[in-house]
Amino acid sequence: MFYREAGDFKTSYVDDSQTFPIAFDRWRYYVVLAFAFLVVPFIINDYWANAVVVPFLIYAIAAIGLNILTGYCGQVSLGTGGFMAVGAYACYKLMTAFPDISIVIHIILAGGVTAAVGVMFGLPSLRIKGFYLAVATLAAQFFLIWLFNRVGWFYNYSASGQINAPEREVFGVLVTGPNTAAWAQYMICLVFVVACAVVARNLTRGTQGRKWMAIRDMDIAAEIIGVNPLRAKLSAFAVSSFFIGISGALFFAVYLGAVEVGEAFGIQKSFLVLFMIIIGGLGSIFGSFAGAAFLVILPVVLKIVGADWLGWPTDLVAHFNLVIVGALIIFFLIKEPHGLAQLWRLAKEKLRLWPFPY
Amino acid sequence: MKKLATMAVAAVMAASPVMADLVFPSLSYRTGPYAAGGIPFADGYADYFTLLNERDGGIGGVMTRVIECETGYNTEKGVECYESTKGEGSLVYQPLSTGITYQLIPKTAADGIPLHTMGYGRTSAANGKVFNNVFNYPANYWDGASIAVNHLLDENGGDISGKKIALVYHNSAYGKEPIRTLEELSGKHGFELTTIAVDHPGQEQKSQWLQIRRERPDYVVMWGWGVMNQVAIQEAANIRFPMENFIGNWWAGSENDVMPAGDAANGYKALAMHNVGTDFPIFADLQEHVIDAGKAAGNGDQVGTVLYNRGFYAAMLAAEAVKEAQAIHGVMDITPAMMRDGMEALSMTEERMASLGMANFGPAFSVSCENHGGSGEGKVQQWDAAAGQWNTITDWIASDQEVIQPLVMADSMAYAEENNVAMSCGG
Repeated sequence: MFYREAGDFKTSYVDDSQTFPIAFDRWRYYVVLAFAFLVVPFIINDYWANAVVVPFLIYAIAAIGLNILTGYCGQVSLGTGGFMAVGAYACYKLMTAFPDISIVIHIILAGGVTAAVGVMFGLPSLRIKGFYLAVATLAAQFFLIWLFNRVGWFYNYSASGQINAPEREVFGVLVTGPNTAAWAQYMICLVFVVACAVVARNLTRGTQGRKWMAIRDMDIAAEIIGVNPLRAKLSAFAVSSFFIGISGALFFAVYLGAVEVGEAFGIQKSFLVLFMIIIGGLGSIFGSFAGAAFLVILPVVLKIVGADWLGWPTDLVAHFNLVIVGALIIFFLIKEPHGLAQLWRLAKEKLRLWPFPY
Repeated sequence: MKKLATMAVAAVMAASPVMADLVFPSLSYRTGPYAAGGIPFADGYADYFTLLNERDGGIGGVMTRVIECETGYNTEKGVECYESTKGEGSLVYQPLSTGITYQLIPKTAADGIPLHTMGYGRTSAANGKVFNNVFNYPANYWDGASIAVNHLLDENGGDISGKKIALVYHNSAYGKEPIRTLEELSGKHGFELTTIAVDHPGQEQKSQWLQIRRERPDYVVMWGWGVMNQVAIQEAANIRFPMENFIGNWWAGSENDVMPAGDAANGYKALAMHNVGTDFPIFADLQEHVIDAGKAAGNGDQVGTVLYNRGFYAAMLAAEAVKEAQAIHGVMDITPAMMRDGMEALSMTEERMASLGMANFGPAFSVSCENHGGSGEGKVQQWDAAAGQWNTITDWIASDQEVIQPLVMADSMAYAEENNVAMSCGG
């Protein structure tokens, strides 16, 4: 009834090719944005920011990044944790070397550094595919972690090998360090998420995205119709690593504040982000958000229900958590292999006909 | 979204402070690769407060409350636990994880809640001028490294020049801590130091022990935690490394670490910051009021193990600090800020420990505004596989403050400069 194309006339090409062609979707999008920018900052507290919202936003960026590489371009990567570490350490080195330059610029530069590293590790993708490529990126994961653990220069030779984010401001408001207000933490992540999502969405529905998808669907056919596989694959690695680098920088500087590379950016992180895009939906920006939300919020909800409401022993809750999350992953993969994004697509199809299906 | 909204309301309600009890959050890990160490510590910590509630009616008439939050030794979950418990009037945090400690040092400073990292965490926090609300008494990692070397000096008649010592360490912030001290000490005493890293979680150490077999060090010192310890002891047994020349730190010296290797682990040594066993009068009270009453934490089967005693000891030190704080401020229901003052005024004497029924349980020490690190003394314990128990084989060994103090100063001052920390203690 409300959700339909009919009556929403497009009178220009710009209108015709907008992201949300259905008026209801468009309005929903504006409402969500307005809520996120104008309401949430005023009601968020330390617990919500640190336990749920900030990690969700940061993982969403990482998931968008990996989704570009794996979902759109079809190159499986298990190096996400390593690339996040590159972003974090690049950000740390820039923060401590140039304390007078804005942290925002440092985070973007950290993304750039990660993009360069990503391209380097993307080179094998020109020769190998599928599982073999996954193994090559796995090597990147282990090599990068080893490097940051081994070479003192990366952690400024501190005794423990940890890196700590010093306090930095944006427009006079602290965004890193322990005295940061919850809303400031939230806002800087939100701005980056929205910017990344808009860029990713427009990249993936333009020429570049079509090239990536052509490579994903059949690389030989793509090459024959004139897609340069070298450029397409390496650009996917670059853009993907750029986003992942930004998420790593935010993860270190804004969220945790102190990071130990093996613990924070280990192989589990690569799998976690990979699960996010598989559950959320490969090849979908919305799916990246849905997957990140699912895997960040669900454990917290289960913990609150189990330990705080029902008063179960904490170890029992932690074990149940693994069981339930695991079972839900299996359930979703069987019932909907294309992820939460596909459920959302089906719901939209049904909504269009509601309340008078044929 | 509706579900989330109800969660939000619940979280806000849960976060509102409950008055008139002394809250001790326990960031425990009963799951994950380090659970074998986390469970006994958490049990001991909880049981001591249960004992105080049951026997004495709390501390100074105010009941204690332990909130447990599962971290799985994971820093992200640790942060979540900290945020979810700090609003409940938490008096002191003891995360039992060096990684989480590094997260919490700046956060607790901002929130004004003391942090007690007993024998772990950031060593230079011993400098109370810089780390105003972080405490790491009775001893820290650098003390531990020095105690191990001093023990070797004792065994060798005061001369270990030319000896080879290998350090097998957990490749993390925790394991890297002693390296700088050992390097200084190797310069001072003329021994040769080799460092060998083991990556988390440490189930695979063949190549490390092959290196040890090739280089034939006279002694091996280990900075391990969790499953890494068991594997290392097994591997040492496999290459027939003499166990009495193998010394773990106090996190590599529990029953869990030596049991799997069976008789082969006999003679393995480890540092200890407190005594072991149940041969203290307080354990009779514990049996009567907590265990027989069915109020023990966890399965109740850990009493008297090394790490149980450590949790017990940590809780005792916290409770004694509460008493100090109550005496200083004349208030029974104290705040975290008062707790900090109490911890800083803490003085553990022989008489005090004896009056608690824990005579000679830990070293005698006192804390001051400048020194948050205690006496820095430790013992050496040795595993008797036939009897299945740890025996302490030395008296309290002092650490080499001449070497450690300048390192503490240098590291803490670097931190202060990096983070613009104002000095306290009037100087």
